[in-house]
Amino acid sequence: MTDPSAREDIPITADEDVVRVRQVVRAYAQRAKLGLVDQTKLVTATSELARNTLIYGGGGTATVRLVTEGRRQGVSARFHDEGPGIPDTELALTDGWTSGGGMGLGLSGARRLVDEFELDTEAGRGTTVTVVKWSR
Amino acid sequence: MTTESGRSDNLAALLRDRAETLTARWVELSAAPLKGRLSVAELDRELTELYSVLLAAVETGNRDAHGSAFADVRALLSDISRRRARAGFTPTETAIGVFALKQAFFELVDRAEGAGLGDVVVLSQLLDALGLWTFESYARAREEVIDEQAEQLLELTTPVVKLWDGVLAVPLVGTLDSARTQVVMEKLLESLVSTGAAHAIIDITGVLAVDTQVAQHLLKTVMAARLMGAECTISGIRPHIAQTIVGLGIEFGDIPTKASLADALRHALKRSGVDFVRADGRR
Repeated sequence: MTDPSAREDIPITADEDVVRVRQVVRAYAQRAKLGLVDQTKLVTATSELARNTLIYGGGGTATVRLVTEGRRQGVSARFHDEGPGIPDTELALTDGWTSGGGMGLGLSGARRLVDEFELDTEAGRGTTVTVVKWSR
Repeated sequence: MTTESGRSDNLAALLRDRAETLTARWVELSAAPLKGRLSVAELDRELTELYSVLLAAVETGNRDAHGSAFADVRALLSDISRRRARAGFTPTETAIGVFALKQAFFELVDRAEGAGLGDVVVLSQLLDALGLWTFESYARAREEVIDEQAEQLLELTTPVVKLWDGVLAVPLVGTLDSARTQVVMEKLLESLVSTGAAHAIIDITGVLAVDTQVAQHLLKTVMAARLMGAECTISGIRPHIAQTIVGLGIEFGDIPTKASLADALRHALKRSGVDFVRADGRR
């Protein structure tokens, strides 16, 4: 993919940026011809991850891009922060567990809403979460 | 220093002597890009006033656009920029008003009517600084407009409507953040008290996505309403939202949820003992 418009970097430093991530992801999901249900799932998952980046990671960047695999098209979203990292990923992915004041469903729920989920983190090294949703 | 002040005096004298020619050309040049959205008479009045305060400032011998000598010029420019911003003119259309004087002056110099390079440079720098000031005033005015609108939107988008005796509804539209939820919750709770309603329906048809934060806000609002003795129903859950909520793993517990506002109203009325019967006797 060399088309420059097929990729967008969004800094996440404030609440409005979470909304902006949602809007960009929705636009990309429409370009990748995802159905309404898949669009909503992906937008909701990225909304959770963007907010995690902001609240727990202390801000970071979101990278949204179109991806293709054979004849399928999809949207990939990568969230990166240089925050404190997650010491226990097993625990963080448990439903209902939260280190903040949320419902404890953001990370685990986001994983259920997408097709591919990759969590790369270590205490003190920051966190990178990459998710992909494919068109059917 | 003597040459400096001599030059400046020359600039002031030039601006004073050629006032009519320069103002006329200035108005002409400024009017063109505005494409008749501002009448020439209006523009003429504005620019003539601006020209006179500018001339007064230049005559003091001071050349610092940010100094006290130019305070009147800056105030007047701020005023004009503010009006332009509110009237929906672009930043270029606003600043052109200042830069057009430069053009008028250059033309004067081009005809070699007594202006030297020194005058051109001095006036040019002065007008550049004032042009930037215009930009800043314009941006400030626009920011004020945006702030006002954001506040109005917060108020506008959260009406509490009465659907029936004892049944209130809050149709939510757009993004539900913490600030919005706070407004919604306050309005709903106040309305519950003032109307004595026993049922509240929160309709989320217009909410684009329900994530855990939105859900948490909704749950808190429902809990608060319950503490006040009112029953809450969440309506307007569309199929793709429902599937996403399930995927996320959010549970609304024992809070009744309905697909449409109509269903929620029927539910609330049934709970308060009202039944609908068709006029012809059939259900």
